[in-house]
Amino acid sequence: MSQKNTHLPAHLHDIRQQVEGYARGYGLDFYDTVFEVLGFDEINMVAAYGGFPNRYPHWRFGMDYERLSKGYEYGLSKIYEMVINNDPSYAYLLESNMDVDQKLVMAHVFGHVDFFKNNFMFRHTNRKMMDQMANHATRVRRYQDELGVEKVEDFIDRCLSIENLIDYQSPYVRRHADKKLEAEQQPHVAKGFKTGREYMREYINPPEFMRAQQERIEQDLQRQKKVPERPERDVLQFLLEWAPLERWEHDVLSIIREEAYYFAPQGQTKIMNEGWATYWHSTIMTQKALTAAELIDYADHHSGTLATHPGQLNPYKLGVELWRDIEDRWNKGRFGKEYDDCDSFEERRRWDRKLGAGRQKIFEVRKHYNDVTFIDEFLTLEFCVDQQLFTFGYNEKHQRWEIVEREFRKVKDKLLHMLTNFGQPIIAVEDGNYENRGELLLIHKHDGVDLKVDYARDTLRNLQSLWRRPANLISKLDGRGVIFRFDGRDHSDKKIDL
Amino acid sequence: MSLKIKQDHARFRDIVRGRIKNNLKKYVQKGEMIGKKGKDFITIPVPTIDIPHFRFGEKQQGGVGQGAGDPGDPLSPSQPGDGAGAAGQGEGQHLLEVDVSLEELADILGEELQLPRIQPRGRDRIVASRIKYTGVAPSGPESLRHFKRTYKQALRRQIASGAYNYRRPVIVPVREDRRYRTWKQVPLPETNAVVLYMMDVSGSMGDEQKEIVRIESFWIDTWLRKHYKGLETRYIIHDAVAREVDRETFFHTRESGGTMISSAYKLCKEIIDAEYAPSAWNVYPFHFSDGDNWSADDTRVCVDLLKTSILPAVNLFCYGQVESPYGSGQFIKDLKETVGAAENVALSEIADKEAIYGSIKQFLGKGK
Repeated sequence: MSQKNTHLPAHLHDIRQQVEGYARGYGLDFYDTVFEVLGFDEINMVAAYGGFPNRYPHWRFGMDYERLSKGYEYGLSKIYEMVINNDPSYAYLLESNMDVDQKLVMAHVFGHVDFFKNNFMFRHTNRKMMDQMANHATRVRRYQDELGVEKVEDFIDRCLSIENLIDYQSPYVRRHADKKLEAEQQPHVAKGFKTGREYMREYINPPEFMRAQQERIEQDLQRQKKVPERPERDVLQFLLEWAPLERWEHDVLSIIREEAYYFAPQGQTKIMNEGWATYWHSTIMTQKALTAAELIDYADHHSGTLATHPGQLNPYKLGVELWRDIEDRWNKGRFGKEYDDCDSFEERRRWDRKLGAGRQKIFEVRKHYNDVTFIDEFLTLEFCVDQQLFTFGYNEKHQRWEIVEREFRKVKDKLLHMLTNFGQPIIAVEDGNYENRGELLLIHKHDGVDLKVDYARDTLRNLQSLWRRPANLISKLDGRGVIFRFDGRDHSDKKIDL
Repeated sequence: MSLKIKQDHARFRDIVRGRIKNNLKKYVQKGEMIGKKGKDFITIPVPTIDIPHFRFGEKQQGGVGQGAGDPGDPLSPSQPGDGAGAAGQGEGQHLLEVDVSLEELADILGEELQLPRIQPRGRDRIVASRIKYTGVAPSGPESLRHFKRTYKQALRRQIASGAYNYRRPVIVPVREDRRYRTWKQVPLPETNAVVLYMMDVSGSMGDEQKEIVRIESFWIDTWLRKHYKGLETRYIIHDAVAREVDRETFFHTRESGGTMISSAYKLCKEIIDAEYAPSAWNVYPFHFSDGDNWSADDTRVCVDLLKTSILPAVNLFCYGQVESPYGSGQFIKDLKETVGAAENVALSEIADKEAIYGSIKQFLGKGK
């Protein structure tokens, strides 16, 4: 067990030893975890930096800090805990919390760290990100010293505007080069006219002619070689490779990209991860750690975490309920062909094969799934009904948000759609030499929901400034194809057939 | 850690300040902002300061929620918040509300309108002063030595002279390396000021005219408050007779009698004489009307009162003529001819809300 907790006061240190022991006893497998106790102002600062004590300078963190501080001042929100995926992991406890809260938070944190360590989405994560972020901060500060704060900050603004244009799949999939494409490539050397008579060669194919032909072939090749060869979802990577960036710009953009990839898996496993941590804090607290005197406060705070509001999906609640449902189903053997084929409602209700495989199953699931596959595989009709899930939408006629439906298939599809690609539109670079004028062309793979147009225009403007040539985006608006364009001065849209 | 976020926070406040400045003219015409005034802070909505991304339009997207209710039921009272991926705050999301202190707002106003710093009368009464650390200098008392800057300076010198050895990174500051915090004495005017608002409430001063006065008085208060520690405000309404009222009544009374401006000036003089001796107070009477007085005789009484009693006692007398569909607007012409040349008189015609901005400059630009 870790003995690094020099920051913890003695009684918290004891609590920590106790909770850590329970967590290990249940089979949780986590990195060393360093707990630090912070005052509310400090915790707001760290939270503004996304949990890291050291980030590159940018006004956005100052804005987040202001928002968090205000939320705390007005009593709207309070950060109980925060944990950084790093090895060792760092977790922060709010100084003013009651001991029962600290206990709960620690149990919760060990759940998160177990998840970080074991879930496959984090396989490629840099576990020394704490150092790396500090390194990024130093580099950006150096650029600011050299070039001025505003210049660097403006550039970061533009990079952040496209930070979601990364390939969320790429760390997990190897993209092979296309063999067929290579085969189609044309000869690289000019052959000249055919001639049967060797002594005539120099007359039929004089050197000047051969040179000219060779040049034309090379030009053709150049033209045919499309950049990118196939649509590139990692727009940031594409820009790093092809945009005319200065050295420092290149470096800053690569920093933004690296941090985006670091945070991506957390976004893609939010429901699982929060659910998992909640599952463990509630298990550890109720079965082991809680004293009788603490029960009321625990129940109060725990229920606060799980409260649902109409029109909001609480990832803690949905997550923990799903974990419990899986455990229950695998304890009772409520899965497989026999169970699925059973259409007697009563029989299904009473179904219990006394399998007792629940705990084992959830440990397995926490390894191999992300939110999309988790929901896809384990969100059942019964669960949907039990948990009162529904879809909502905006009713233009009534000018209000309304419940749309509770039908299982629709709810699940909607949920999956919202989680796919991190809930972001799928956009890829199609061409870096659009219309043979060096323009940038992106295509939005439209799947039924339009882009927010004003935001799209502003983002296109930022892309143009990085690419330094006109930027274009093909999408659909109200069912019709449209190409948005920003040429460096003006925006324009053109209807096109898709 | 704390220093870093303070820097980012300061950058953010700078950016917000810039946005407020750009929109100041718009804010100056708006009344609702003033309604949100707290004690020392007001909340100003600043247009979008988030970073644009390619994202879905929320209204088309919708989301998944949890809880009771039937299809078709509204999701009230709360708007859908951040479900997994779907933020549904609608258009409101584009405004960022920031708290701005009145002092900061006054600064912004002053910079934007290029208002001069007000000189309180009787400098001898400025007793209090406060120390403000303003920078770093190569000399000063040891107690104010800036350790980090001294260290940096020494490091810089050692590197430049080749004396720095990274294998043995010892930094020894010499006399020239030392840096000290410097400060300024910032005078705090202890003097108090009073603003006496007078307004014609005869029928021709409608809601729109009063709204203009209300907005303008807010900015006047804000500016004066920056320069005086204590600022009192008094309100006088008049038609044919004048009486003193509270702020609420001041802006909401409507009468229909005739108009005798002199009645207000008389009351104003009485209040000054009784409570605000010019030796101890900086006095700012503001009068708003649509420019119709009962008679030329009464106007003469007004001018006389101004010349003999009011102007000698006050820092600045301001008359704002709010345009109304009725009324001849004669009064401002009379004042221009008679007292318009006086150094401590400011006259302004305010045609509509848009004119408030310029009018504030006409009034306060004198810096009296």
